[in-house]
Amino acid sequence: MEYQAKELFAKHGVTTTLGKVVETAEAAREAAEELGGVTVVKAQVKAGGRGKAGGVKLAKTPDEAYEHASNILGMEIKGLTVNRVLVTPATPPVEEYYFSFLLDRANRSHLCIASVEGGVEIEEVAKTNPEAVRQIRVDALEGVTPEKAAAIVDDAKFPAELRDQAIEMVQRLWQVYVEEDATLVEVNPLARLEGDKLEALDGKVSLDENAEFRHEDHQAFEIREEADPLESKAKDKGLNYVKLDGEVGIIGNGAGLVMSTLDVVAYAGEAHGGVKPANFLDIGGGANAQVMADGLDVIIHDAQVKSVFVNVFGGITACDEVANGIKGALEILGDEATKPLVVRLDGNNVEEGRRILNEMDHPLVTQVDTMDGAADKAAELAHGA
Amino acid sequence: MSIYLNKDSKIIVQGMTGGMGSKHTTLMLDAGSNIVGGVNARKAGTTVELGGQELPVYGNVKEAMAETGADVSVVFVPPAFTKDACIEAIDAGIGLLVVITEGVPVQDTAEVFAYLEGKSTRMIGPNCPGIITPEESLAGITPHTIAGKGPVGLVSKSGTLTYQMMYELKDFGFSTAIGIGGDPIVGTTHIDALEAFENDPETKAIVMIGEIGGDAEERAAAYIKEHVTKPVVGYVAGFTAPEGKTMGHAGAIVSGSSGTAQAKKEALEAAGVKVGKTPSETAALMREILQGL
Repeated sequence: MEYQAKELFAKHGVTTTLGKVVETAEAAREAAEELGGVTVVKAQVKAGGRGKAGGVKLAKTPDEAYEHASNILGMEIKGLTVNRVLVTPATPPVEEYYFSFLLDRANRSHLCIASVEGGVEIEEVAKTNPEAVRQIRVDALEGVTPEKAAAIVDDAKFPAELRDQAIEMVQRLWQVYVEEDATLVEVNPLARLEGDKLEALDGKVSLDENAEFRHEDHQAFEIREEADPLESKAKDKGLNYVKLDGEVGIIGNGAGLVMSTLDVVAYAGEAHGGVKPANFLDIGGGANAQVMADGLDVIIHDAQVKSVFVNVFGGITACDEVANGIKGALEILGDEATKPLVVRLDGNNVEEGRRILNEMDHPLVTQVDTMDGAADKAAELAHGA
Repeated sequence: MSIYLNKDSKIIVQGMTGGMGSKHTTLMLDAGSNIVGGVNARKAGTTVELGGQELPVYGNVKEAMAETGADVSVVFVPPAFTKDACIEAIDAGIGLLVVITEGVPVQDTAEVFAYLEGKSTRMIGPNCPGIITPEESLAGITPHTIAGKGPVGLVSKSGTLTYQMMYELKDFGFSTAIGIGGDPIVGTTHIDALEAFENDPETKAIVMIGEIGGDAEERAAAYIKEHVTKPVVGYVAGFTAPEGKTMGHAGAIVSGSSGTAQAKKEALEAAGVKVGKTPSETAALMREILQGL
């Protein structure tokens, strides 16, 4: 969110105004009083287009800040509820620029995008005047040296009177990008204020989850209350789960196979009243009873779910371990397990896995040998329920 | 023939003494791989018994290569140490570097990739199942029992979809199957593998498996149109994935209009690639082609 991005900017010496983050209208009034003068009340959600949605308002007085905050708090922007607003001094920019560092997948390196032609409307500029949106490759080993920063600033044609400030800011933003293990550091708008001051007026930072092991402080940025309760529960259990809008619960191993399973279930659902996959859940390599039980526990407590499809290709994971996992999970869950399970096992130790499930002969469990067949069965059960 | 890996490949394992490393070294030996040793600075000079073989442990990759003539290294070290392990292997001049480790920070991978420039090493991965030339050698974690040798070349981002597709076409078999990994930056791309398969006389047809996120498949489609004469069948996972949510692989996230499964399918079809809606349909398309050859 904006205020979090600004905290990271400030940490690395990027000129910005932090303002105050508040969760009530009364606190917004107090913040505005403290800041004095005209303020801006801004919805804090992880979504673009906050201004267009009515989530950014100018307040001339503390009372107006109160009024705007009470309207904005609780508002929904792109499906996200606004639980906090940022109150900052209103600093109308003389000019707006755009600046970002991001991962460049195509060149397997880093990229800098800079434009002095408009900030917020950068996508429009990119269409109408692509030459004005400069894309500059950054070598991953060399990084942004003072010379590179100067080259970027000159390439983007920042005004001469801002050149030194811009070079400084570019280097500091690169520091944010590298030292925080970001995959995106965006300043939009990068504002030229009265008196030729350059300031990061709004921004966005995406952090690499894989790098969390060297950034203990990054966990504080995660705001759990916005997440879906089932996703929260899954996260607590260390599961790789994404809630979707559908009726067939999905458990599988490997991100690719699970994504493929979602597709196959959606196609199968077309013949069964349009039922859809209810979630993405990748239980990964070691699918023991506890992981399976945790996964099933999350899925069967999804009120929308009518049937569950367990799709495992035993590569490293052996199918007998998975079968024992399902058996153990049903024992752990006991009476809480009420939804039919369609299981498709293939690969490593498949005979033993299927034998274990056959022997268990659980009334809720149906085995189907192929991915397509099992998807069809799961969709049929979900539709009939 | 095959690509990148064959029966003459001599393999060392970085992280062989760890849990994952020892388990999979045993499985690689089962697959017939010629594993000649491992690397662990703290256990240099010792040996480890795996799969009934006494394997020497060396202090670094350079020493291991000098002693054994190894030309392939498989990396199982934890994410925090993966960058250094890769740079060590690249400095030693290893021919093929297969990085299995999942969860490597992408800026580390970007640095390693930049470091590769001008060097002789080919990197596969990270976050990948590695590479198998059935009945010859396995450098990675793909189960060697799924399918045998045959005319199909396979390149995929995903591990389990690699297994699924090998299983679907096990009656034909594979020249080489390579899992390139699902991270935003990988050492070997679909295009690299397509080029190698095109030049491999043993490969008669190619299956390419992609998934949502990025534009690697679109770029591969453009490459196929220009450079690949062998029949290619494609599959893309993630048609029903919602926008803006990460689906397990760091790379598998749809943002905005690009990177969708539909866009990738259309790009591939425009390049003359037949694209299946499901793994089984994809296998059926390949079956038709193979029967016609």
